[in-house]
Amino acid sequence: MGDKAASAVSMHEVEQVYPNGTRALMPVSLDIRPGEFVSLLGPSGCGKSTLLKMIAGLLQPTAGRIQLSGQQLSFVFQEATLMPWADVHANVRLPLDLAGVPRPQADGRVDEALQLVGLSAFAKQRPRELSGGMQMRVSIARGLVTRPRLLLMDEPFGALDEITRNRLDADLLALWRQQGLTVVFVTHSITEAVFLSSRVIVMGARPGRVVEDYALDNPWPRDDDHRTSPAFNAHVRHLQHRLSQASALTGDAP
Amino acid sequence: MSTLAHKLKQAALPLFMAFVLLGIWQAWTTLQAIPEYLVPSPWVIAKTLVQNWAVLSRALLVTIKITVLAFISAIVLGVLVAFAMVQSRWIEAVFLPYAVLLQVTPIVAIAPLIIIWVKDPTASLVVCATLVALFPIISNTTIGLRSVNPGLAAYFQLQKAGRWQTLLRLRIPSALPYFFAGLRISGGLSLIGAVVAEFVAGTGGTGTGLAYQILQSGYQLDIPRMFAALVLISLTGVAVFVSLAALSRWVLGGWHESEMG
Repeated sequence: MGDKAASAVSMHEVEQVYPNGTRALMPVSLDIRPGEFVSLLGPSGCGKSTLLKMIAGLLQPTAGRIQLSGQQLSFVFQEATLMPWADVHANVRLPLDLAGVPRPQADGRVDEALQLVGLSAFAKQRPRELSGGMQMRVSIARGLVTRPRLLLMDEPFGALDEITRNRLDADLLALWRQQGLTVVFVTHSITEAVFLSSRVIVMGARPGRVVEDYALDNPWPRDDDHRTSPAFNAHVRHLQHRLSQASALTGDAP
Repeated sequence: MSTLAHKLKQAALPLFMAFVLLGIWQAWTTLQAIPEYLVPSPWVIAKTLVQNWAVLSRALLVTIKITVLAFISAIVLGVLVAFAMVQSRWIEAVFLPYAVLLQVTPIVAIAPLIIIWVKDPTASLVVCATLVALFPIISNTTIGLRSVNPGLAAYFQLQKAGRWQTLLRLRIPSALPYFFAGLRISGGLSLIGAVVAEFVAGTGGTGTGLAYQILQSGYQLDIPRMFAALVLISLTGVAVFVSLAALSRWVLGGWHESEMG
């Protein structure tokens, strides 16, 4: 799992205030170690996506420091955000093309990435010919093709049906373990967070803030039976309570 | 096999309808004994077309040449202006009023001026027709270049794509469907512009295109020849539309909603 001393992501008093004065995120300090699977869990408006975007460098923090340990990172959006005019292979190759990787080398890595997400047979298809779940797999392959150490995912399966989402969750876990990735995963699904994570950061809304840093000790590998186990349910119940408490404190209607 | 049969049926129905209409027209002019100088029958028009083919085909080539030249200049100019306009809102604010001005000014009103200013007769007609065809290309291409999926734009930003890479790999492909919609409008307008400009210039004795043939036929009350020239203009317009539709389908068919199914 690499050097335990060096953090993959280190955040110190990071906060975000929008130009109109809205406090999107109260100061957050957080250390993410290499190889962790961290979920940011909370209702809409809790600043979880904002935090992720700041880690990615898509958004500058208003105050505070974010340090990445010089890692290659990839970002997977909520939408598959594929180029409709290009086939699956070309879509996955895009980050390599942009980085100027020579074509033969890039093609080999694309084939590898498509194999990882189980889409080798669909390389020549256009995105619109694929289902939503398969489009998301293409998006993940595009994220993996640059061989990142850190994978940032912003509610990647939020728009999918539950069955597809469960399958992709399981596949993502397998990839994470096999590739030794560090993953930061934004979600508003408690069960998804419990199933995937080694650690859950519970967040509350208005103002966006961290409510609890919760470590999960569930054993690996996790399969479908794990979803209905007592340990799983205990974690879900705990997180449920913390989320309700957090919104009760600010008097939010859900 | 079934798709071929389907395609045949798709082509056969409009053709059948055309034959029915021509038949009614022919029957009407024959039975009512409508004089040729009022409404010639399709048969007489066809005969005239064949008899005058030497003159009419030469005129047709001239009109096609002006249409094609105007269309090409409208594409080149329109795309250049569109690229300039999306560079900044300032450039757009400066350019757009003139583009609109050109669009709303009737070409017949400025054609005499252009014909006086531009010495070469062909060039003057091309300029007129270009002005008619220009605006749809500018406006559609501009909208297209701006219509980039925000998620993809964020991805390109995240990957630190350069301005040139973003233009080539994101903006231009995104603009293509809009650009082709503009092409279809402009293709027809180029032909209209070419004919209208020649009508205005025709009396000066410079034109030898189809519009000039129509004018001449009018003076000579040679109505069948007038209709024959008209048929050629219409067929040219249909050909322009069909080839642009085919081009658009060929380029966008694999991915864009407008050309699916």
